[in-house]
Amino acid sequence: MTELKLPSLDYAALAPILIMLGTALLGVLVEAFVPRRSRHLVQLTLALLAVLAALTMVVFNADDRMLTAGRALAVDGPTLFLQGAILVLAAMALLLIGDRSVERGGAFVAQAAVTAESADDRRQAEGRNGLTEVYPLTTFAIGGMLIFVAANDLLTMFIALEVFSLPLYLLCALARRRRLLSQEAAMKYFLLGAYASAFFLFGVALIYGFTAGIPGRTAGVDFATINAAVSESPASPVLLFAGMALLAIGLLFKAAAAPFHVWTPDVYQGAPTPVTGFMAACTKVAAFGALLRVFHVAFADAGWDFTPVLGAVAVLTMLVGAVLAVTQTDIKRLLAYSSIANAGYLLVGVLAPSRDGLSGTMFYLVAYGFSVLAAFAVVTLVRDADGEATHLSHWAGLGRRSPFFAGLFTFILLAFAGIPLTSGFTSKFAIFGPALAEGQTWLVIAGVLTSMVLAFPYLRVVVLMWLSEPGESTPTVTVPGGLTSAALMIGVLATLVLGIAPAPLLDLAAGAAEFVR
Amino acid sequence: MEETVQYAGATGLLGSVWLLVAIPLVSAAILLLLGRRADRWGHWLGVAAIGAAFVLGLAFFFQLRGLENKSVELSLWDFIAVGDFRVDFGLLFDPLAAVFVLLITGVGFLIHLYAVEYMAHDGGRRRFFAYFNLFVAAMLLLVLGNNYVMLYFGWEGVGLASYLLISFWYGRPSAATAGKKAFLMNRVGDAGLAIGIFIMFATLGTTQYDEVFSGVGAMTGTTVLVLGLLLLLGAAGKSGQFPLQAWLPDAMEGPTPVSALIHAATMVTAGVYLIARSNPIFSANSTLQLVVVSVGALTLLMGCIIGAAKDDIKRVLAWSTVSQIGYMFLGVGLGGGAYALAIVHLLAHGFFKANMFLGAGSVMHGMRDQVDIRRFGGLSKHMKITWLTFMMGWLAIIGMFPFSGFFSKEPIIVAAFEREDWTAWLFGGAALLGAGLTAFYMTRLFVLTFHGPKRWTEDIEHPHESPTLMTIPLILLAVGSVGAGFLLSTSVPDWLTATAGLGGEHAEHEAVLSHAVITTLSLLVTVLGAGLAWFLFRAGTATAPQPAGVLVTAARRNLYTDAVNEAVFEKPGIFLTRALVFLDNRGVDGLVNGLAAAVGGGSGRLRRMQTGFVRSYATSILAGALLVMAAFLAVQAGWLA
Repeated sequence: MTELKLPSLDYAALAPILIMLGTALLGVLVEAFVPRRSRHLVQLTLALLAVLAALTMVVFNADDRMLTAGRALAVDGPTLFLQGAILVLAAMALLLIGDRSVERGGAFVAQAAVTAESADDRRQAEGRNGLTEVYPLTTFAIGGMLIFVAANDLLTMFIALEVFSLPLYLLCALARRRRLLSQEAAMKYFLLGAYASAFFLFGVALIYGFTAGIPGRTAGVDFATINAAVSESPASPVLLFAGMALLAIGLLFKAAAAPFHVWTPDVYQGAPTPVTGFMAACTKVAAFGALLRVFHVAFADAGWDFTPVLGAVAVLTMLVGAVLAVTQTDIKRLLAYSSIANAGYLLVGVLAPSRDGLSGTMFYLVAYGFSVLAAFAVVTLVRDADGEATHLSHWAGLGRRSPFFAGLFTFILLAFAGIPLTSGFTSKFAIFGPALAEGQTWLVIAGVLTSMVLAFPYLRVVVLMWLSEPGESTPTVTVPGGLTSAALMIGVLATLVLGIAPAPLLDLAAGAAEFVR
Repeated sequence: MEETVQYAGATGLLGSVWLLVAIPLVSAAILLLLGRRADRWGHWLGVAAIGAAFVLGLAFFFQLRGLENKSVELSLWDFIAVGDFRVDFGLLFDPLAAVFVLLITGVGFLIHLYAVEYMAHDGGRRRFFAYFNLFVAAMLLLVLGNNYVMLYFGWEGVGLASYLLISFWYGRPSAATAGKKAFLMNRVGDAGLAIGIFIMFATLGTTQYDEVFSGVGAMTGTTVLVLGLLLLLGAAGKSGQFPLQAWLPDAMEGPTPVSALIHAATMVTAGVYLIARSNPIFSANSTLQLVVVSVGALTLLMGCIIGAAKDDIKRVLAWSTVSQIGYMFLGVGLGGGAYALAIVHLLAHGFFKANMFLGAGSVMHGMRDQVDIRRFGGLSKHMKITWLTFMMGWLAIIGMFPFSGFFSKEPIIVAAFEREDWTAWLFGGAALLGAGLTAFYMTRLFVLTFHGPKRWTEDIEHPHESPTLMTIPLILLAVGSVGAGFLLSTSVPDWLTATAGLGGEHAEHEAVLSHAVITTLSLLVTVLGAGLAWFLFRAGTATAPQPAGVLVTAARRNLYTDAVNEAVFEKPGIFLTRALVFLDNRGVDGLVNGLAAAVGGGSGRLRRMQTGFVRSYATSILAGALLVMAAFLAVQAGWLA
């Protein structure tokens, strides 16, 4: 029996991941041993501290460019930039998750197992403290995402995918109110997520088969092996392209690109709003981080022949997101379709295989994450007796009732619409510019046209808020406690600053825009 | 352009050009943030801010006159800097920007003053002034930017403010619809501008005016053509030119001062500014110039014809705006020295059109918001000041000597006759015909409103003249309508020569007709048109719609352009939306259930169509997956590469 050789680990480089996963495990223990009353505080503090510590380590590692853990993980510019992005956005999401002032007991259900809409369920909705298991679940998800953007072989990537997906499925089911909708969302997300994972895994298998077919090479699914196999393969074989297609499908599902977007509106609507914000910001970063790495590193030498296919997906995604957003009457569904359209813009960035394209895409992910979290933060505030009032008719005249929050929301919507002096404009600029330079003219034209369409539903909400008389059903805006306020203000300020002076972050992204191979 | 364009840095007083944008912006922010607390004095803050901007603008203007280079650039900060691509957050104050600044703040100030009284009884007056100043700030940013991205900022800003201001009277469904229409048609134009800017970025790697203009020579002819056409699309959207003209008349649903400021004097001329500013691009390609000239000529005739058939006083004025901007497009399209002529007409138009819009508002004020000119008549006795000031505007727009329209419009007609081939006859003729038609429909408007027998609705006994605060701006603008033309036409072209590329040596061709003949002809058609209208309408008109021939019916229906828009844009858009909604919610699901029902043969299964979506989602993902797989394999087989 040959001796088992352990791969060397660079603990400092892996620290962010280890911190998050360790804290998640610690969080499980806290659930078991800390008295119920103080769990919420302990868990929230623990999670936030962990995110801060991980972020510190990311900053500390900023100059690392290496492969570690037996080449399974790459700690390089894009990894560190995206890990930093995930952590910052996750911190904001944690603030929203931890808020218990907007809704008594928090946004999460107190007892998930009682029958939805029974008497027990109504009792639990009336202010008993929500589950604190959400914190370990969230930290697990964050840890999974950190691995996902660093994964340098397909199996690690798959495991990371599952590590961050499973907690999200659960989190979706934990809304305090509208339990049925929430459970339905979780069920759909889980079933379809499992379905998409199967595609991904099948793709991994085909790629493995492809590398095994190259004579004189060891088979494997790490990106260096795949890349070498792609360059050495005489013709472009069926296995490679079929595998690539299946991998892309799995990742595009997470990224909410059409036609794999179908789950998005239902899940965004049903999930507790802080979790929706978390998914819209962080899952997007993770999914696109992985897409970028797979296409820039593993398949870089496949000649980008598949660009027209992914381009068609991008156009379809932008079109579906923009056009369907027009017909929405629920703010969370509207934001879901907007998130789909944004996935389309991000795909345009992925298809600009240059350094500028890469840095533009990363910039976009951060800018969009801030804005979308701020948007969902406002959604948590607009409430009536039944919880969040998400139907758009309830938002009529909100500007009269609470000009401040309506003003902030207007600003965020203008950012989504890509109006200049917001990050929405600079980030689209950062993506479309390089895409055009790479010759993706038709994608940019589609992007500009759909963003023009997409501006319409946003401005309709603006007009609804400011130029309509408040009706009977116009809810008041709950004055948020410190946590939600902090998240909201961070999001709005970032949207403003990145819109006026985007240069520092763009520089940072440009400096980080190189993969190690 | 072989010559390179360079601007000097701003120093001294001119270093604070940014104040021009900041003052209105801050005042708008104060008005919006203070809310009801500012209701009592908010409007005066709004007026004062624009007044201050005007005074500053004047000071900057005189400062600029004393400079050698007459163009100063002020770089505030690096807005975007990625690799070698740089977008400056910078301002450019040159003669072209200076005249626009004076127009926007000067006419804007008078309109603000007027609006204080006009909106006095409106509960939302403070909000109105906030949006109004937001608009002025955006418009100033538009003309002061030193690169296309800055121009785009202002461009989006004025679009937004205009959308808010049109929808201001939200109680009216027509106002909301009009707001939507303005927004959508503008977006079409904006998309053109945005793509144009991206093309600059892709081919030249910059959007700074000086660098772009210096780089035009290095671009291929096709690139220049495409770029120019995209910019033209943007300009046409903003300025209500063919084929994007339909929104402008509908935009009259907003309050009258809005119509005067945004939809007559300033925002709609942004398209002319864009083309004048981009003149090195347009001058570089003669096909491009031909397109611009054609758009201008076509629009100016369309505006006249439709304007002659409308009965709503503000809509007639709106179509006349469309038509007059057509003249400006004609001017900028002709190129060379005609750029300056177009700007002169733009400035003169700013005065007399604002004058007439405010006059129309004054009439409506006295007539209980009646807008139908068939219901006016004989108002000259009751509203003396409005009548006299409107008369100045009317004489100016029809180009009667010696009012300003004569000095600004007639040179454009002459320039149109100076083209080198047979198109001189085409465009010169169109411009000349337009002059006659303008005289006809504007006289119709004037006579039906102020002269002839009363045709008022029963509830009006004695129309009153508007208060002083409204008549003062009218008088000042009327003075401008009389005198501005001569002054402008003698001074502005010289002044503008210092702007990069503008007013350069005009490649003078012999006009196909002598100057004197053209002048005589244009005065003749003007008198003819006006005389005919006076003769036809001196005794009033029927108050009910009259049966009409083909041409008038077509004109009443906006020459069927709305129908075309509907067929070309709206219907496919609605269809696309429906189809996507159907596919997204029902299509796949329906297919699966339909199949199941067919197989099972039971209608009971059809009831399940509305439930259990997961499987249909999965099916749709599967279908998408199969497509993507197939496409990847097609790539592999070399079918798509």
